[in-house]
Amino acid sequence: MKRRTLTTVILAGLFFFAGYAVFFIAPDEATMHAIQRIFYFHASSGWAAMEGTGIVFFANVAYLWKRQPKWDWLAVSAVEVSLAFWSVVLVTGPIWAHPVWGVWWAWDWRLTLTLILWVLYVAYLILRTLIDDFERRASSSAIFGVFVFLGVPLDYLSIRIWRTQHPQPVLFDGPDSGLAPTMAKVFFFCSALMTFLMIVLVVQRYRLERLKHEAEETRLVLEERAETEYRNREVERRTALGG
Amino acid sequence: MQNFWSLFAAYLAFWAIFFVYDFTVARRLARVEKDLTQMKQQLREP
Repeated sequence: MKRRTLTTVILAGLFFFAGYAVFFIAPDEATMHAIQRIFYFHASSGWAAMEGTGIVFFANVAYLWKRQPKWDWLAVSAVEVSLAFWSVVLVTGPIWAHPVWGVWWAWDWRLTLTLILWVLYVAYLILRTLIDDFERRASSSAIFGVFVFLGVPLDYLSIRIWRTQHPQPVLFDGPDSGLAPTMAKVFFFCSALMTFLMIVLVVQRYRLERLKHEAEETRLVLEERAETEYRNREVERRTALGG
Repeated sequence: MQNFWSLFAAYLAFWAIFFVYDFTVARRLARVEKDLTQMKQQLREP
């Protein structure tokens, strides 16, 4: 409990500083002005979502290889957290797009692929609710998760491969791309913070999955004990009647 | 500030999504912890 409180306090402090940096330290963008400041949390949430899906992929492959429940718990935890980050991306993007593009949404490669990924990861969670047997559920969702992940690098590269309505990359894309130094510092700080938040949420969600498993095992032990007691009572009753 | 409300809505959405998500996880965690404590207590009973 103490560790959770400490983490919350640290996160709150870092988010407070990030907010200050985004609104008061980062300079105003020349053409978009204030609305460009959405970028710091929108793009860094996209980074965290992709890192989260990277964890999902790693955990899915590890489960298929090792067949240990802990990898399945990690995968489902990372899927849920990544979905929260993808949701932020899909909600804040159109809010930025409306004043800048004049439309809320465009069916370009980046936006469409992101939406498809979001739908597929929701399907991943729905798929898990349809299968009761642990082994089958974990295997099926791991195979599904590995295939869904193939779309993530494509989503990342889409703005480099195709000409899209979505802005072209401002980082890691040749000598003409790039952010002003102060903007870049604020962006990298926000990205690191989102990664930290993603890890904290995955750890918390993983704990839930582990406890659910422990509860399920304890329930089975209790049921077994109740059944044994019932059988013993029956034997005693029949012995008494026979005697 | 130009587009203040759009900026405000975006940050509000960001906080709302994480608040709701964390709230649901915390609630599920509390429920499982409670169930587990009760079941462990039952196990300890002779």
